[in-house]
Amino acid sequence: MSRPAVNNDTDFEVSKPLKGTAGWLDDRFGGARGVRTYLLRKVYPDHWSFLLGEIALYSFIILLLTGTFLSLFFVPSTTEVTYHGSYVKLDGIRMSEAYASTLRISFDVRGGLLIRQIHHWAADLFVAALMVHMLRVFFTGAFRKPREVNWLIGVTLFALALIEGLFGYSLPDDQLSGAGLRIFEGTLQGIPIVGTYLAYFLFGGPFPGHDIVPRMYIIHVLLVPGILLALIGAHVFIMFWQKHTQMPGKGNTERNVVGQASYPYFVAKTSAWFIFIFGALALLSTFASINPVWLYGPYTPVAISSASQPDFYMGILEGALRVMPAWEWNFLGHTVTFSVLIPFALPLGIILGGAAFWPFFERWATGDKAYHHINDRPRNAPVRTGVGIGAVVFYGVLWIEGANDVVADKLQIPLYTVTWIARVAVIVAPIIAYFITKRICLGLQRKDRNELLHGYESGIIRQLPNGEFIEVHQPANEERLAVLEAKKVTALLPAPGSEDDNGVPAPSARGMLGKARAVANRAFAEAIPVETDGHGNGHHGNGHAVTGEEHEAVGAPGSTALPPGDGGEE
Amino acid sequence: MSDMEETEGTESPVAPHRVIGTPPPSPRLLGSSPVPQEHETALDLVSDEEEFLDEHIEGLPPDDPRSVVHGKRAERVVVACFTLAFIAGCGFIAAYVGLGVTTVDKTLRSNLALGFSLSVMLLALGLGALIWVRHLMPNVEVTQERHDLRSKEIDRQALEQTFKEGTANSQFVKRPLVRRTLMLGTLPLLAAPVVLLRDLGPQPGTSLRHTVWSPGRRLLVQGTNKPITPAEFSAPGSMITIVPDGYEDDADALTEAAVILIKFRPGELHIPTRHQGSTLVGTMNWTVDNIVAYSKICTHVGCPVALYEQTTHHILCPCHQSTFEATTGATVIFGPAARPLPQLPMTTDSSGFLVARSDFTEPVGPSFWERG
Repeated sequence: MSRPAVNNDTDFEVSKPLKGTAGWLDDRFGGARGVRTYLLRKVYPDHWSFLLGEIALYSFIILLLTGTFLSLFFVPSTTEVTYHGSYVKLDGIRMSEAYASTLRISFDVRGGLLIRQIHHWAADLFVAALMVHMLRVFFTGAFRKPREVNWLIGVTLFALALIEGLFGYSLPDDQLSGAGLRIFEGTLQGIPIVGTYLAYFLFGGPFPGHDIVPRMYIIHVLLVPGILLALIGAHVFIMFWQKHTQMPGKGNTERNVVGQASYPYFVAKTSAWFIFIFGALALLSTFASINPVWLYGPYTPVAISSASQPDFYMGILEGALRVMPAWEWNFLGHTVTFSVLIPFALPLGIILGGAAFWPFFERWATGDKAYHHINDRPRNAPVRTGVGIGAVVFYGVLWIEGANDVVADKLQIPLYTVTWIARVAVIVAPIIAYFITKRICLGLQRKDRNELLHGYESGIIRQLPNGEFIEVHQPANEERLAVLEAKKVTALLPAPGSEDDNGVPAPSARGMLGKARAVANRAFAEAIPVETDGHGNGHHGNGHAVTGEEHEAVGAPGSTALPPGDGGEE
Repeated sequence: MSDMEETEGTESPVAPHRVIGTPPPSPRLLGSSPVPQEHETALDLVSDEEEFLDEHIEGLPPDDPRSVVHGKRAERVVVACFTLAFIAGCGFIAAYVGLGVTTVDKTLRSNLALGFSLSVMLLALGLGALIWVRHLMPNVEVTQERHDLRSKEIDRQALEQTFKEGTANSQFVKRPLVRRTLMLGTLPLLAAPVVLLRDLGPQPGTSLRHTVWSPGRRLLVQGTNKPITPAEFSAPGSMITIVPDGYEDDADALTEAAVILIKFRPGELHIPTRHQGSTLVGTMNWTVDNIVAYSKICTHVGCPVALYEQTTHHILCPCHQSTFEATTGATVIFGPAARPLPQLPMTTDSSGFLVARSDFTEPVGPSFWERG
């Protein structure tokens, strides 16, 4: 790196007002040492995937800023007015004040359209960033001890973000969001016992009523953002307190954290990142229209258009509703509608509930109670990675099914066929994805082992004295070795039915639960060991970095050859 | 092992091997790419802190002529970025002041100018800051120690002891009556917020079972709000939306009462009569002149069933693709809806206009627990 290192240029004066203010504060609060140690010199590890959570955080801040601006002009009321604004196509049309004020923001407030679009794009980016950030944390195992609580806070944040988004885009009271709200209300009605009461209390009577817009408004601008803000604060503080995880690498251990100091590097980089995200959203909002409510018209319960789509994060619920067969029971004179209940509860229940449950399941199955500050590479945890990809596929199938009419139209497949494919795929595809992913992970582990033992394929071809051509393998560098050697293999718990010397079954393997645990444990423990193929400890890249001999070694008993074509990066 | 020596002895180029996510070995943005080297710095001022284990700067020493040149270049780019941001920011304010928004065209022009200047301002600031960090600031890598998160055993025990003493002093354990009446006393307080929510809305009662349709109420064509005679709706295969007379614009009423009217050719319509509980649903004599009226509200989650395919007589809900067979009483042939669309009993009044014979004989719209 050709950076001018100037950190010994400290012979300049701190400006007087700054020094004076700092002194004034320290006289009253003390803390010079704490500020220096914990704020200015706090170490932040560096990896591109650590920026994903920051995207979510900064989108949220942009949402607060733009949302405050919008709230100055938006009127959360369904009182009917006749529109006479700049958008002449709707001139003289009767509509709710909510819709009319949204038109006013879009066409009669300078910068209103831009801020509205930034707000909407930021909301989509917020949820998308949450998703990708959660996937990063999941696949790298960053949720493990001691970070389970922060993971649960994250899952809660994600659930709240969905509600916040749904209520936000429903506020303008346009035709599209009104239809979405009707679906929401119809779904609430389907909940056994309390459903009709829930719907009537939330909407203040039959749909649509006049209460829902002001109620959603206060939930959207105060209640949920307040909770989000508090939880995000807790989330970031816990990250700060426990210190960030780091990726495996040279010099990185479970007892240290290697990276750059908060001041000035992290502060400068993260500020630049915030401004970049803001800039990207501004650019998007300038040139890409989002939610053009003026095209949809005011809400009326008798109209709808085909190919109506909610915001992307609601797609899974929409798809779940579409994929369901018509299952309805009459139970002791009461109606139980599974065709509504299952889509409402099951997909997000599986995703969110599964996410919340996973750290504890993994801990139980692996018996791993240690602290983890170094992240896993996804390939080194094949079961977790497989389950994660299975969940992504499950989500993806439902998400695509949420636009089944668009898919049918674009791909010229009959609509019902699309739905039938989705009905099968939503169950089968995640299972297939799990097994494929697990195999790919194990294959990548083999590749890693080969690299560790024999170096990597350098692409250099050499002719031996006997005329044979070989590809030269070169030893991996130190950084790479540190990454490869960071792999940890799950310890095998006692097998089901196994007994100790006295014939007593192992306590952990007793009973149904014990057997289930042993089965899960064996799946988790499946890995490609790096040190058991007869080479002993001589795998530090200096003894095997070569030639013909190694091709034999790859095929030797106890080692498994690299599958053909399996050379891809992760 | 002789092969090994051979390999190490030759000066074969080291093939690139880079972990995804790490910066490239040389800054590509600004020319020169000197070989990186490391040199340690003194742990100044931190002798009293064991927390910081190591600190070293990666890169060239500051007095190396190459880094001086590099720094000057980077500085120029950063300054250019920040100046551009200033100009774009001025442009933003100018666009706000100069461009009005009284027509759609002007709004779009204003949006373009404001958005573009704001984007340029922000992106230029961000880019400048990034180059500043990556090319002007030395890359100091710090290693900090992680402390045990778990408290020392003695501290845990002390905490437990203090808690025990406090609890003992509070007499909370010793006096169960105090404890129990306290819990009893706070119980209503916990229930109060739930009770307070009671007036959020009326009880559903039987309101979901009824719509505003009543005997003799005229069917009005949505849009024109005019009554209609069977003769005026004579083209077979067409579908129109009907609203009840007196509730043409009442969203609450229409959510339940909207109706679709379909005209068939003679002999096409076969509505089986069936009982649902004690109510009679689906009868031919509720139709008039091969015209049938179905609820427009989907029995799945309440979207309007707005699509009708006249060749197949299928009614399709655009939300979730529940499909209903129009000729046989709107029975479900595909999709998540579990029940047929309810049929509105119809007749004509003395003026010959279509009117309702009665309300729907079963609840319209989505299922609910009390529906039965």
